[in-house]
Amino acid sequence: MSDIRFAAATEEPAAVRRLLIGLAVAGLATLVAAPLLVVFAEALAQGWLAAVTALGNRDAQSAIRLTLLIAGISVPLNAAFGIAAAWFITKFDFRGKAVLITLIDLPFSVSPVVAGLCIVLMFGTNSLVGGWLVASGHPIVFALPGIVLATMFVTFPFVARELIPVMIEQGRAEEEAALTLGASGWRTFRTVTLPNIRWALLYGVLLCNARAMGEFGAVAVVSGKIRGQTATMPITIEMLYNEYLSVAAFSLAAVLTLLALVTLLLKTALEIRHADQLSATHRH
Amino acid sequence: MHIEIDEISKAFGPTAALTPVSLAIPSGALVALLGPSGSGKTTLLRILGGLEFPTSGRILFDGADATGLAVQDRRAGFVFQSYALFRHMTVFDNIAYGLKTRPRATRPPRAEIARRVTKLLDLIQLPDIGARYPSQLSGGQRQRVALARALAIEPRMLLLDEPFGALDAKVRKDLRQGLRDIHDETGLTTVFVTHDQEEAMELADLVVVMSGSRSGGRIEQIGKPADIRARPATPFVRDFISA
Ligand SMILES: Nc1ncnc2c1ncn2[C@@H]1O[C@H](COP(=O)(O)OP(=O)(O)OP(=O)(O)O)[C@@H](O)[C@H]1O
Ligand SMILES: [Mg+2]
Repeated sequence: MSDIRFAAATEEPAAVRRLLIGLAVAGLATLVAAPLLVVFAEALAQGWLAAVTALGNRDAQSAIRLTLLIAGISVPLNAAFGIAAAWFITKFDFRGKAVLITLIDLPFSVSPVVAGLCIVLMFGTNSLVGGWLVASGHPIVFALPGIVLATMFVTFPFVARELIPVMIEQGRAEEEAALTLGASGWRTFRTVTLPNIRWALLYGVLLCNARAMGEFGAVAVVSGKIRGQTATMPITIEMLYNEYLSVAAFSLAAVLTLLALVTLLLKTALEIRHADQLSATHRH
Repeated sequence: MHIEIDEISKAFGPTAALTPVSLAIPSGALVALLGPSGSGKTTLLRILGGLEFPTSGRILFDGADATGLAVQDRRAGFVFQSYALFRHMTVFDNIAYGLKTRPRATRPPRAEIARRVTKLLDLIQLPDIGARYPSQLSGGQRQRVALARALAIEPRMLLLDEPFGALDAKVRKDLRQGLRDIHDETGLTTVFVTHDQEEAMELADLVVVMSGSRSGGRIEQIGKPADIRARPATPFVRDFISA
């Protein structure tokens, strides 16, 4: 019975199929491809030279460096936290598990601006901790630590969210098998758990990275938008755009887009290269 | 190895899984834990393997207290119900895992590990599958690889949770004989879990019939298959083996 229904389900009339494919392509083209192209077109509106000159500007350079630094700090940290959280949630039974999972999702539902404000309230000059930190010469707000904190808060769920369903699906049996074969907890994690979750982990890290580089709202609040010091790429793009420096704004936007595209290409390349292992490690 | 289970009980929070049970398993015996679903068979097996710790009671291995012994130090070859093969490793690496994981002082050299894995692949009569991944094997082949992986650590005992549960009747019969042969060859004390009374009666030297209830799993009768058939100790056993 189910065979017959299945065959029928895939045998839509050719016209319907073409219509659906057409819709998908049109959607992708207008919603994804066209805006990307416009960014590059605007960046190059006055030729390559103007775009490259704009990027050579000291503030632009500092913004690129700052954004890479922030991603470089917050992504590895969040990967580690995400693995730990997912491991804890899926491999142990305890009360309040549902609450913890909700807590991990919190950054998705809280507006980034609110998150930024929370950090300002907690660590700003007017707070107890913040006052002391500023006095001792280690300010958090309007400085790198605050931007890293804001970025980490906003991107915290990405890795854990990717890992939890995969780790739940895989269960604990393989880890238990490794333990009975004499492996320590750490060795079990390295040789069994980590290889089993590596694709989900990679995917989570890439998403986390893309968002870390692109985050605007939370960073806008905590950074103070000090040009050449705390202005990240998205912040600088906004400032340039507001000043009608369209070539400069779009050149920087193009670089940000390119960074995202490179991460995606990297992922695709890895997937092609390890296709055999991918099919072997996925459930059949 | 002689195993002594002394008044072991186990509760998972409010759920009682085992009421105090006692059982002596002579060295080299092939023992079946037989009982319906929820009678605590898996729980008892996992306690023996060190994957679960009892709420009360003691376990003795060859007379020495092993109640708190860590899972890594038990040297119990464990075959899981779903086999739990490492899906990202080849069959060869699966079987070699326990040897490679040993501390340097006791780890055999690479060539010796390869030799032993080859020997185990011969033992399970699948000499040519070393390079394959678990997803490329049939259910029966996976079961045999899981057995080889457990044997590779030179275990002191073999623990199997429903080793033939997920297989069709013909394959079950073959593998049953295979387990008997491997047991007779290695002389390992072996405990396997089943809810199939025919399987237990045919394969085991000693059958432990268990029943489950709200107050936890308990042992109804311990005996040779023929004795249990001839003289069921309780109405539960009579019903269960005639079913
Ligand atoms: N991790 C756990 N947490 C809570 N309760 C558990 C856990 N493991 C087992 N139990 C409970 O303990 C009892 C015995 O379970 P066990 O798995 O040992 O039974 P079993 O005889 O192996 O059954 P089956 O034939 O279905 O595998 C059951 O009531 C079960 O619900
Ligand atoms: Mg069970």
